[in-house]
Amino acid sequence: MSYWNQTCECMSREKMKKLQSERLINTVKLVYQNVPHYRNKMQEAGLLPEDIHSVDDLHKLPFTYKQDLRDTYPYGLFAAPLSEIVRIHASSGTTGRQTVVGYTRRDITTWQEVMARTLTAAGADNKSFIQVAYGYGLFTGGLGVHYGAERIGASVIPISGGNTKRQIQIMKDFGTTLLACTPSYALYIAETLEEMNIDKNELKLKSGVFGAEPWTENMRKQIESKLGIKAFDIYGLSEVIGPGVAYECECQNGLHICEDHFIPEIIDPETGEVLPEGSSGELVFTTITKEGLPLIRYRTRDISSLTFEKCECGRTNVRMSKPCGRTDDMLIIRGVNVFPSQIESVLLEIGNTAPHYLLIVDRVGKMDSLEILVEMSESMFSDQVKRIEDLERKIRNEIESTLGISAKIRLVEPKTIERSEGKAKRVIDKRKF
Amino acid sequence: MFVKQISVFLENKSGRLAEVTGILGNNDIDISALSIADTTDFGILRLIVNKPDEAEKILKEHGFTVSCTEVIAVAVVDEPGGLAEALKVLDDASIGIEYMHAFVGKATNQALVIFRVEDPEKAVAVLDKNNIRVLPAEMVYEL
Repeated sequence: MSYWNQTCECMSREKMKKLQSERLINTVKLVYQNVPHYRNKMQEAGLLPEDIHSVDDLHKLPFTYKQDLRDTYPYGLFAAPLSEIVRIHASSGTTGRQTVVGYTRRDITTWQEVMARTLTAAGADNKSFIQVAYGYGLFTGGLGVHYGAERIGASVIPISGGNTKRQIQIMKDFGTTLLACTPSYALYIAETLEEMNIDKNELKLKSGVFGAEPWTENMRKQIESKLGIKAFDIYGLSEVIGPGVAYECECQNGLHICEDHFIPEIIDPETGEVLPEGSSGELVFTTITKEGLPLIRYRTRDISSLTFEKCECGRTNVRMSKPCGRTDDMLIIRGVNVFPSQIESVLLEIGNTAPHYLLIVDRVGKMDSLEILVEMSESMFSDQVKRIEDLERKIRNEIESTLGISAKIRLVEPKTIERSEGKAKRVIDKRKF
Repeated sequence: MFVKQISVFLENKSGRLAEVTGILGNNDIDISALSIADTTDFGILRLIVNKPDEAEKILKEHGFTVSCTEVIAVAVVDEPGGLAEALKVLDDASIGIEYMHAFVGKATNQALVIFRVEDPEKAVAVLDKNNIRVLPAEMVYEL
């Protein structure tokens, strides 16, 4: 049983509540003073920081939505002066506007701490060789795991994504012991390993941490058997901090939330009512140690449930179940967040009216594929094949630059995409989770 | 001088072509010439019919995406070299050809070639000058 931070990970519920309450009070004061959005919201609700005495008062505070981040793009919700922001990351949002997050030096330290717990729970230590195959860049995956891996003293291989044959060669030559990437990429690596005729026993891989997209027990079993490793689920989102919000321990029975930093709640997505332990609902997080971008009751749109029972691993931190769906229409394709409405805005820009479209998401082999059907219209039609192909290409390029992933575009005859009375069914997801 | 050609967008699904020709048949519209430009996912059906405006209207009513293009119909001698002669004339005048398709007409010893060119007026002038017969639209519709 290896903990990175036994004091926090095995803290009594009583001590945890006290710690959370102190930190919550400080955070509420901070945002009230420094973030106009929160001050206004609290005043509208007739609330002052003094009204919050403990975590029991958390439910009185207003929710924060992704839209709030978009509306205050880029730095409107930051609580620290920009001179103290040492890192900026971003994740995808609808209409091409990214949601921007910022970190102070202390936030980076916090991030390292929670990632250190994550990696330690997966069996890593200072003798590990950690291959970070998450993308490095504005995406929080790569750098998040990287800094956590350095924190525990492991040897970090910052390879980022892509070039799979090279990834495998490096795994072999550098003696990687822990792999960090998306689960579907892990499966792709496993497939490529077979193609290269490399036996998994030639590698020193022992474990992996996988997240950024939904994955099933079935996928876990496949990854574990094909790579000969123990595969751990990790959960995070940039707005809360990035990877490191929650992680599986060796019991693999729920993900432990670093609740001394992020207080979770489960709410009814329709009414906003807080639901009791064990109920399924929308996951909400309140950050209580972040300085750059503290968030009060941030609605994740992920559906999960909580249990406060002590885990067999000895950790007392609350566990969340593997997220099993979204309350909005966001998709995760090849690890990238995609909102169908982004497609609409791209098409609107190309034509004069938004044509009818349909997204077909599938898994071809081990990688997600996206095909977008677009109905042909008079204004788009040309007698020349070349012109239509140019249009297809233009749409494909625009979509790729807006979404960040490539999609196949197929032009179809008018009226072939189903119309509906209410909200149009824009997505057919053929993947079986 | 210019012939109205109907272009119809078709997905690469079976039955689409049959449906279009069926609709035209049911509405007493006769097809003089037909060609299909195909790609992996879709095709453009190009038709010369005897009643182009009506054909356009009816196909649109049935939900097809239709457009009209002006093309030239040229009669070349149905002998080896007949087509090459016409093409040389256009090439010498630097007239680019977008596409063409040819078919043997009812008139004896004549093959009919439909051209879509960048500059139809210039093409007609240059062909006339070289005694290559450009057919008037009405004649093509009656074929």
